[in-house]
Amino acid sequence: MEETILKTPLYQKHVLHGGRMVPFAGYWLPVQYEGVVAEHMAVRTNVGLFDVSHMGEVRFAGPDALKNIQNLLCNDYANLAVGRVRYSPMLNERGGVVDDVLVYRLGQEEYLMVVNAANRHKDVRHILANAAGDVAVEDISDSLCQLALQGPRAEELLGGVTGPQCLPARYYSFVDGVDVGGVRCLVSRTGYTGEDGFELYAQAREGEKLFDVLVEAGRPFGMSLCGLGCRDTLRLEAAMPLYGHEMDDAVSPLETGLGAYVKMDKPAFIGREALAGAAPQRTRVGLRMVGRGIAREGFPVSLDGRGVGHVTSGTHCPFVGAPVAMALVETACAQPGQTLEVEVRGKPVEAQVVPLPFYSRKK
Amino acid sequence: MEIRSDLFYTKSHEWVRFEDETTAVVGLTDYAQGELGDLVFVNLPQVGDALVAGEVMADVESVKAVSDVYAPVSGTVAAVNEELLDSPQRINEAPYDAWLCRVEGVEGREGLLDSEAYRALVG
Repeated sequence: MEETILKTPLYQKHVLHGGRMVPFAGYWLPVQYEGVVAEHMAVRTNVGLFDVSHMGEVRFAGPDALKNIQNLLCNDYANLAVGRVRYSPMLNERGGVVDDVLVYRLGQEEYLMVVNAANRHKDVRHILANAAGDVAVEDISDSLCQLALQGPRAEELLGGVTGPQCLPARYYSFVDGVDVGGVRCLVSRTGYTGEDGFELYAQAREGEKLFDVLVEAGRPFGMSLCGLGCRDTLRLEAAMPLYGHEMDDAVSPLETGLGAYVKMDKPAFIGREALAGAAPQRTRVGLRMVGRGIAREGFPVSLDGRGVGHVTSGTHCPFVGAPVAMALVETACAQPGQTLEVEVRGKPVEAQVVPLPFYSRKK
Repeated sequence: MEIRSDLFYTKSHEWVRFEDETTAVVGLTDYAQGELGDLVFVNLPQVGDALVAGEVMADVESVKAVSDVYAPVSGTVAAVNEELLDSPQRINEAPYDAWLCRVEGVEGREGLLDSEAYRALVG
C-alpha cells in the first residue's frame, strides 16, 4: 500500500524559505534550513522556530474526562490544575509504552493530549478501545498547527509580540487565547530542546499568518528557522527520550529512565499490574565515546566481549562538541564511569557511561 | 555549487586532482558536502593502503548519517590530510581544499568524469 505523505499547513513556507524537505512520520517536513549545527547552536544561544504541526492532538471532554486520563496514563493527573501541563508515558497491558504524551488541562472537564505523529492513529485506537463513561474523545490534529519557539531569547521575542504579561510564566504551564499578532493561540511554556521556550497551537488555516508574524518579529533577533535534524540533536543532548528509539511497545518506562512518571500509588491504570513488582533488568544510560567513532542507533554494546545492550540514539552533539549516545544496557553495568564497548560497523570502540543529561541549561 | 574545471570527478562525488601522471589528490565535491550536510567525523585510509577504484576507502559522518567514500582511482595512499580528523567541517567550508588523501602509482583515468560531464550529472 502506498502511503501518502501529507503536508503541514506550513509546507509552502518551508519551501519558500529554503527548507530541505523530507518525509517524516507521514509528513513532508524540513530536515534543515541553514544546517543542523548552525540551527542547533541558534537554539542553545539565541532563538529558533520549528514547525511541529505533525504532532497529534486529542481532546477529552466530559464529566469522566479525568477518569479516562487517569486510566490511560501512569502519571497522576488528579491534582493537575487548569492551565498546567504534565508529561506521561501511556502504557499497554504488558507495561510497554504505547506512546509518551503531554496533557494540558484546558478546563474543569476538558483535557488536550499531545501525541507523537507516528503514533497518532495507534493512540486513538488505544484510547477509544479503553474509553469509559461520559467522555467525548476527538482527534483534532488536522484542525491545528503547532509551532515551537525555542531558545534563551524566545521569551523576549514572543513577549514583544504579545506583551510579556500575556505569556505563561511557569515551565509546563499555558495560557489559552493569546493574541499573537492577530492570531489566537494556546501558548505553553514547553518544548523538546532542553531550552526555555514556547509551543504555540493555532487553527491550521491561520498557520501561515502565525509563521509570518514570528518570522517578522524574529528578524531583529536573528532568529533561525529550524528543522527536524537539530530537533533530534537538541533533544538527544538534553537526554529527552524519543518514542521508537528509547522506548516502544516492548520497553517498560522503568527500563528507559521514566520511573519518576510512573505513579504506582495510583490505584489503577493500564499497565500497572505488569509493572507491579517488576525489577527492571536494563536501564537507559548516557555514553560518551572514548575511542574514535560515533555510536548510532542499533549498534551493539558489550562488556568484555559479552553483549549487554544496544544504542538507542547517537550522534555528534554540536553544543557539547562530542559524539554522545543513549543506550539501553543491563543494570549491572549502568554505573557512571563504567567502560563499555560500542560496535561501530564491526569495530569495537571504547565508550564510558556518563550521567544524563549531556547538557542542561543554566537556570 | 562550485565545479572546478581543472579537476576530474566520479559519479559518487569525489574529486581528483592530478599532480603528475601517476599522483592524484582526492577529496569530496561541493555537491557532496552540500548533500551530506554538516560533517562531524571522518575516517581516513592509512598511508600505505592499496586503493582499488570504486571500492570504499574512507567514510564521513554528518550529524544524521554515515556515508562511504569511494576510491576514484587505484593506487597506494602516500599521505592523508590529518587536519580533517579534528576539523571535518573543513570539507563543508572548502571542499576543494580539504583533500582526503594523496595516491601514488595511479594508472589510467578510466571511469573519471571531466568537469563538463560532472556538471551534467549534478546540474
